[in-house]
Order: sequence, then C-alpha cells, then structure tokens
Amino acid sequence: MRDNLVKHLLLSCASLSIVFLAGITVTLFKEGLPIFKEVSVFKFLFGRYWYPTYDPPDFGILPLILGSLWVTLGALFVAVPLGVGSAMYISELAHPKLREILKPTVELLASVPSVVYGFFGMVFLGPLVQRLFDLPVGLTCFTASIILGMMALPTVASIAEDAISAVPRELREASYALGAMKWETITKVVVPAASSGIIAAVILGFGRAVGETMTVLMVAGGAAVIPRSVFQPVRTMTATIAAEMGEAPMGSDHYHALFGIALVLFFITLGFNLLADKIIKG
Amino acid sequence: MVREKIVVKDLNLWFGENHVLKGINISIPEKAVTAVMGPSGCGKSSFLRCLNRMNDLIDTARVTGKVLIDGRNIYDDAVDVSLLRRRVGMVFQRPNPFPKSVFDNVAYGLRIHGVRNKGELRERVEEALKDANLWDEVKDRLFGSALELSGGQQQRLCIARALAVRPEIILLDEPASALDPISTAKLEELIEKLKEDYTIVIVTHNIQQAARISDYAAFLMLGELIEFGRTQEIFTAPKDKRTESYLTGRFG
Amino acid sequence: MRRFKQFVGFVVLKTSVVVGVLFLFSLIVVIALNGARVLSPGFLLEFPREGMTEGGIFPAIVGTFLLSLGAVGFALPLGVLGAIYLREYAGGGRLVRIIRTGINTLSGVPSVVFGLFGLAVFVKLFGFGVSVLSGSLTLGVLILPVIIRATEEAIEGVPREFREASYALGATKWQTVKGVVLPAALPGILTGAILGVGRAAGETAPILFTAATFYTRHLPGSPFDEVMALPYHIYALMTEGTEPEHQVPIAYGTALVLLLLVLAVNFIAIVIRYRARRARKW
Repeated sequence: MRDNLVKHLLLSCASLSIVFLAGITVTLFKEGLPIFKEVSVFKFLFGRYWYPTYDPPDFGILPLILGSLWVTLGALFVAVPLGVGSAMYISELAHPKLREILKPTVELLASVPSVVYGFFGMVFLGPLVQRLFDLPVGLTCFTASIILGMMALPTVASIAEDAISAVPRELREASYALGAMKWETITKVVVPAASSGIIAAVILGFGRAVGETMTVLMVAGGAAVIPRSVFQPVRTMTATIAAEMGEAPMGSDHYHALFGIALVLFFITLGFNLLADKIIKG
Repeated sequence: MVREKIVVKDLNLWFGENHVLKGINISIPEKAVTAVMGPSGCGKSSFLRCLNRMNDLIDTARVTGKVLIDGRNIYDDAVDVSLLRRRVGMVFQRPNPFPKSVFDNVAYGLRIHGVRNKGELRERVEEALKDANLWDEVKDRLFGSALELSGGQQQRLCIARALAVRPEIILLDEPASALDPISTAKLEELIEKLKEDYTIVIVTHNIQQAARISDYAAFLMLGELIEFGRTQEIFTAPKDKRTESYLTGRFG
Repeated sequence: MRRFKQFVGFVVLKTSVVVGVLFLFSLIVVIALNGARVLSPGFLLEFPREGMTEGGIFPAIVGTFLLSLGAVGFALPLGVLGAIYLREYAGGGRLVRIIRTGINTLSGVPSVVFGLFGLAVFVKLFGFGVSVLSGSLTLGVLILPVIIRATEEAIEGVPREFREASYALGATKWQTVKGVVLPAALPGILTGAILGVGRAAGETAPILFTAATFYTRHLPGSPFDEVMALPYHIYALMTEGTEPEHQVPIAYGTALVLLLLVLAVNFIAIVIRYRARRARKW
C-alpha cells in the first residue's frame, strides 16, 4: 500500500523529463507558429534576407541556417579527426597510467563553459587568425569552427572511446594471431568493428556543435548574410536568438520569428540525437 | 517424536519455461540441522529461496504447491512477506555485509522492524553478536566498517544480522563456500550451537560438511527430491542408487 | 614499410591528443596569466564601479552561486527519485523506453532553447519575471538529465547481494532503497550533483533572458530579483561595453574566476568518484 504510493511518486519524478520535453515542444510551437501567418514556411526557411527590424521586415533564415551549417561542418573537420584519433590513442596505445590522466583531461575540456571558450576566441584566437591570414577581421566562420571543434572534441572522443573499448579482445587476438601489427589491427579490425559507435559519436558531435550558442555568438562575427568564404563573419541560428531576443518586443513578429528559428533548431538537433541513439542501439 | 517445523507439499517452481523444482514433498524437523545436497544446478538454492519467498523477487518465477510453516501456508495471499522473512532468516553464499558499520549491519533488521529505542538496539545487537560467536572479536570496533572484517567474520556478522530479528528458522545457502578451512570450522561450530534454538536448513555441495553438521539430509537431483532421512541413515545406507553414486563421488 | 606506416600512424594519433591537451593548456594559461593581474580580494568582494570599468565582480559571484545552487536544489531531488524509479521499480517496459528516450533527447536540446522555454514558461506564463527563481528553474531543467544519469550509474553499481540481504531480513522495497541502495550509491549521486553545479554555473544562454542582468546595485533580496552572473558578465563586458581597454581586463579576471570555479568543481567530482572507487570493497 505505502510502497505503491512511493512507486507512483517515483514514477511521476521519472516522467518529468518527458513533461519538460513536451513543455519545450509546446512552447516552441505556440510561440513560433504565429510567424507563419506573416511569412510562408517556405519563405521563412529559404528566404535570403534576415532583416527583422526593417519596415517591412524580412524573415528569411537561409543565411542563418547556412551560417550554422558552415560553422558546424567546419567544427566537425576539427573535432572528428582529433576526437577519433584521441579515442584511438587513449584506448589502444596509451599506458594505463596515462589513460587515467587523459580521460579526466578530456572531461575537463568538456566542462569549460562555452562563454569562456567564446572569450578565449575573442581575445586570443581571433586576433591570431586575423594576423596569420591577413584578414580585415579575426572573428570569422573559420575561427568559430576551430573553437567549436575543440568544444565538440570531448563528445566525439568519449563516445568513440566507449565504442572502441567495447570491441572484444578476441577480435584483436585473432588479428594478431594472423601476424598483423598493432596499427593494422587498429585500422583494419578495431575501428571497423567500432564504426557504428564512431559514426554515432560524429553525429552527436554535430548535434552538440549546431546547438552551441555563446561561442558562436562571440566568435563567429555575426553578419547575417549568406557566407561566401570561411574567412567571413557568419551568424548562426543560435547566435541570432541569443543576440536578438533581448530586443524583440514580446509578442511581436520578430519575437515569434526567433521562436520559429528555435523550432527549426530543435528539430534539427532532435533528428540528429534520435539518429545517433538508433545507431548506438543498432 | 520430532515436531515438523516446515512441511513442503507438491512444490513446483518455474523460471519462465524452465521447470526448476518438480513436486517436492518434505517435512523439515524443528530445532535440528537439515542439509540439502545435490550436484550444481539441481535446484537446491532455489528450493531454499522458496522457504522465505526470495524467489518472488525474480519476475519470471512461478510457484505452485504449499509450504507450511507451523501449519500455515506461506504462499497464502494474506501472508505478509515482510513478517515471513523476519521469521525465516537467510545467510548467503558470499558474505554480504552492507557497507556500514558492524553495529549498523546488525541493527539494520531491527530498525526496519521498528525498533527505535537506543538502549534496546544496543542490547539486541550485543546479544546477536554473542549468539553468532563474534562479540569478542568485534566489541572494540563496533563502529568500524563491516567491510574491514575478514571473510569468516563477515559471514558470522551476516548470521548475527539474521539472528538479531529473532527468527525461528535460519536458511544457510552454502555459507562456507567462500571461506578458508579455519573460518569454516568456526562456522560449523556456530551452527552446532544454534540448532538448540533454531530450525536450520543448510544448502551445501560439500558432502563431508553435510555429514559433519546435519541431523537430517535431503538429496536433490535435476529438480527432484531423490531421498530424505536421518543423515546417518542416508550416509550409511542410502535407499536410492543415485544417492549412493553421488555420495561416493560419481557425479557432482 | 609496414613498420613505417605504423610509426606514422602512431605519431598522427599522438598528435591528435597533444593538440587537444595543448589547446586546453593554452586556454588556461592565457586566461590565468591575464586574469591574475586583476585578481585581488577587492576584485572578488567589491561591487562594479564607474559603469563597469572599475571595481569587482562580487554580485556576479553571488548570483552564479545562487543560480547554480537553486538549479541543483530543484533538479537533485527530482532527478534522484526519477532515477530510483528507473533502476529499482520500473520493469523495463515500453514506458521506461519512452522515458529514457525523453531524457536523452532533453540532454541534447540546445541551451538557448532552454532559455526560450524558461522565458515563455517561468518568466511569462508563471509570472516569475526575470529572476533568480526563473533562472534556477531553467538551469534545473537543463541539468536534470545529468543528475538522473549519474544517479542511475551509481545505483547500478550497488551489488544485488546488498538488496537480497535486506529483503531476506523482511525489508520492503522502499526500506531497501532507503536503507541500503541509496547510502551505497551516495558518492556517485554526490558526484552527479557536483557536476550539475559546475554545468549550471557555466551556462550563459539559458539565463540570458530568464535571470541575468548586466548591472545591479544590490544583491538580490528575494528569489524574484534579477541577478548578475559570472558567465553573463563576461559576455556583457566583451560585447556591450564602450571602454574595452578597461573592460577586457575585468573580463579576463571574471573568466579566470569562472574557469577556476568550474574546474575546481569538476576536479572535486573526479576525486570523489576516484576515491569512492578505491575505497569500495564490494
């Protein structure tokens, strides 16, 4: 009797995550949908101009979507090779003692707040990039990609490491027994066997990078135009929401448009997370 | 005439599709040691767990038949499992003290059953530890972690933990399998003493141990009760061929 | 030739680790060296002065402290109880699968979307306004998956034998959970709570529209007051100021304080986990 009561109480706590998730979804729809009375879904997604405060305003988020896409792909160029490489090193090559140090270090890398990364990008990496490539500004898509890549690295590395460590010893031994060297065993047996986990790691890394806000807000430069070069400033979906929500009057078209962006962003990350989930579980 | 404490009637046990115990009928006498022997996988541990309904914790387990303790079927719907397990204590294969102090381990069951008074707790913890032949070894470290004790001490602590709630029956599931010979000897000595006050059922795969400590012995094979009787008779003149082969070490 | 290939391969893997570690290292060094110049007792204990160009960051420290404690205070009980349900009570049916997917999805939602959710629900709908309370609740929702996962992992590590011993003494499920499982899982749960504090303290986007303000003359007097917070302070100093030559050094100092705080918190969590693992005899 009392145990039953307890059980129901616990169940309701466990269900809260679903409740919050539903709350988020409903909120985004409720506050985001009104914008589509002003512009069509197609024009919203593929409109080339984002001038929310002009008269008449333009609510085309294509530059923002492309901005997010460029920065995120750039970040993956950094995070995937470094992350998977680190995972391979940590699980296959590193001395157990070194591994005990490297794994927490990767965790620390993940725990640095994004605003600190953004700050580091503004004061250090931005000026460095500007000088190295002789650019008019240092805060560009390229700079943001590097920082974002370093931020996504721990996600990629730790999930890839799990996948690699889970490869059974028998497979490795079979390879060694055939006369394969360590490197051959790693690249031809271990990594292929762990490939679905590694792919999931990449997808989760993408999800993490595309949703990242403060870093890109501070480092990517913030120009809401369709980027032509990686050395141009860009503006992502997340940065737009963060930068403009404070100034958008509640209930205005601009306000609803920002929620509309969040809706798009939410479904992109949701899709990638579910995909990664599916791949991990096979 | 000995009094029968536990009477098992047509007991069947399934784990999913797996028929683990098949029509067991046995009467276990009061204040004596009954040993349950048999080759690994014969269902002897599962049988023991039927006597305090520990198998309830396994989702796929299904039981038919009756287990009467003092004439009452413990599988009746009206039976409070919590009270049943208080009357039927259990000690496991591997010593499993909680990661708490010696004192808190023994007091755990008492607190669960509502003993709050500090003085009473102390008294009964001491009494249980003395009954378990452990008091002299731990009286100076009652509040040190139970995990610091040796394996044999841990097992006697688990017995003390079971004794503290004043059960009538004690189930021992291969209690010496993880212990060295000296600790085993101490444990057997303890069992010898406890049978004056408690009904003891012990599962063991160690034939010599069964011969040493039990008054009655049951032999199980493939989920069936092959033979049951006085230990002396079973060991000297087994009625069934299979019992004889087991005791002479032809399987197991 | 094979040997050479292996040699090159190993060097590449090692390099990928070195790059990650080097990046973390240079980030810490750059911020530590520049931040240390402004760090002083006064910096930590004074209010900002002269339009944020002088003085300290005391209110931001207090604000971050309140927000992250509030978040954990909200998420810890709910998360622990929910995790108990998932591990001890739920039989692993459809409902549990849905809840787990929900938790995974929630942890993948971009932080800025949490900010919008908090704005629409806590600030607007519940009428809490831009306040410590709204910010704490928003951050609490964000760290809920962190707490649940850590607790689940900790509970999973408690051996079955402990539960059996407890049941065999006649304990009910709830007595067993309370008396045996939770105490044994405590270090793991504590680790989760600490990681939650670290995460909440470093987040910016969720408090952008729910709690944070650039400048207040007072510490918050009630949960309904807005607060300054370390991460937001860094962002604001870097993007909204008019006197960068005075503000960037303060931002360095703030970044150092935040970084030290978050790294220390994570370090403590790692140490607790490590020691618990070593002390464990089961």
